[in-house]
Amino acid sequence: MSANGKPYVREVSRYGWFLGNPRYRRYMAREVTCVFIGLHALILLVALKRLSEGREAWEAFLHNLTGPAGIVLQLVILAFAIYHSTSWFNVTPKAMPVQIGEQFLPGAVIIGAHYAAWLVATVAVLYLAGAF
Amino acid sequence: MSERIVELEVLRFNPETDTEPRFQRYSVPCMNEWVVLDALNHVKESIDPTLSYRWSCHMAVCGSCGMMINGEPKLACKAFLREYEGVIRVEPLAHFPIQRDLVTVIDDFVTKLKRVKPYLIPKEDQPVEAGEFRQSPAELKRYKQYTLCINCMLCYAACPEYGLVPKFIGPAAISLAHRYNEDSRDGGREERQQEIASNEGVWECSFVGACSEVCPEHVDPAGALQQIKIKSTVDWYKEHAMPWSKK
Repeated sequence: MSANGKPYVREVSRYGWFLGNPRYRRYMAREVTCVFIGLHALILLVALKRLSEGREAWEAFLHNLTGPAGIVLQLVILAFAIYHSTSWFNVTPKAMPVQIGEQFLPGAVIIGAHYAAWLVATVAVLYLAGAF
Repeated sequence: MSERIVELEVLRFNPETDTEPRFQRYSVPCMNEWVVLDALNHVKESIDPTLSYRWSCHMAVCGSCGMMINGEPKLACKAFLREYEGVIRVEPLAHFPIQRDLVTVIDDFVTKLKRVKPYLIPKEDQPVEAGEFRQSPAELKRYKQYTLCINCMLCYAACPEYGLVPKFIGPAAISLAHRYNEDSRDGGREERQQEIASNEGVWECSFVGACSEVCPEHVDPAGALQQIKIKSTVDWYKEHAMPWSKK
């Protein structure tokens, strides 16, 4: 822009805008880790397909899944899925404030309720899967 | 009272002579309890009277002195020098055009604020003789935090969405719409929804949450926007999936 008496507009980088600020990097980490949730969903879809293809395909799939590479992949997915889920749990009080009379329920209670629901769902899934 | 020399690096821009902004360094003798605004005032009074910036109350009420201090949106009157080491870099609020030095063009925000109708729209007209509109403490509590907004625009400078998509109505204006929507005396939600429940409104927000982190009055614009998203989604389902139900 030339010296024409007009205000100066600072351009924002379309691709690198989040790199310089830890706050924005945290946001991107929360968003990007959803890819691993998608990856897990993909594994479940493949599992269904293998299951439909018969016993041999299913057992080969299980063999791969329980091999070293399969275990490492699932641990990585689990770590990122936990990060993704907890980062969302931690912002729920903003979206769902609960007012009782003149007071708002403390955010920790709302976040805690999400963790409790997560625990219940995990136990239920493990029970259905025959872990107990 | 102890004194120290503070190095300020201030972004300067004169639209009549400059093609782009440049940094200018000032060595300012400062008292330990000074804020950045005091240092700027000292520069203006004793070193360089050409420096331009906005300020008024010097007590975090008027919302005029918002600027980027070491890259963070801050009120210059609330940024204590003792909390900074080394050179302090002072720039105009991010995401707004620079009018001159630290003065930004804020017309965009003012226009957006008008669009969301940030005032009470009574459900029905009532003659003065009918008395006041009464409100319980619990009803007041529901929206009170949003009344603390001082229109300082720090949240706009912190919001990367606003930086990337300037048509976004943005945190403060939408939060003020929410403030009136949540007021038991108000009946203007339908009118405001046309603006804030649109693509330029809450749906442009991706919940970075930076707005709430930088707010000097501890308002939670990020919360307001997410709550509007949920309510607007409920509206949509009621309208499309349950056409027989009234919103």
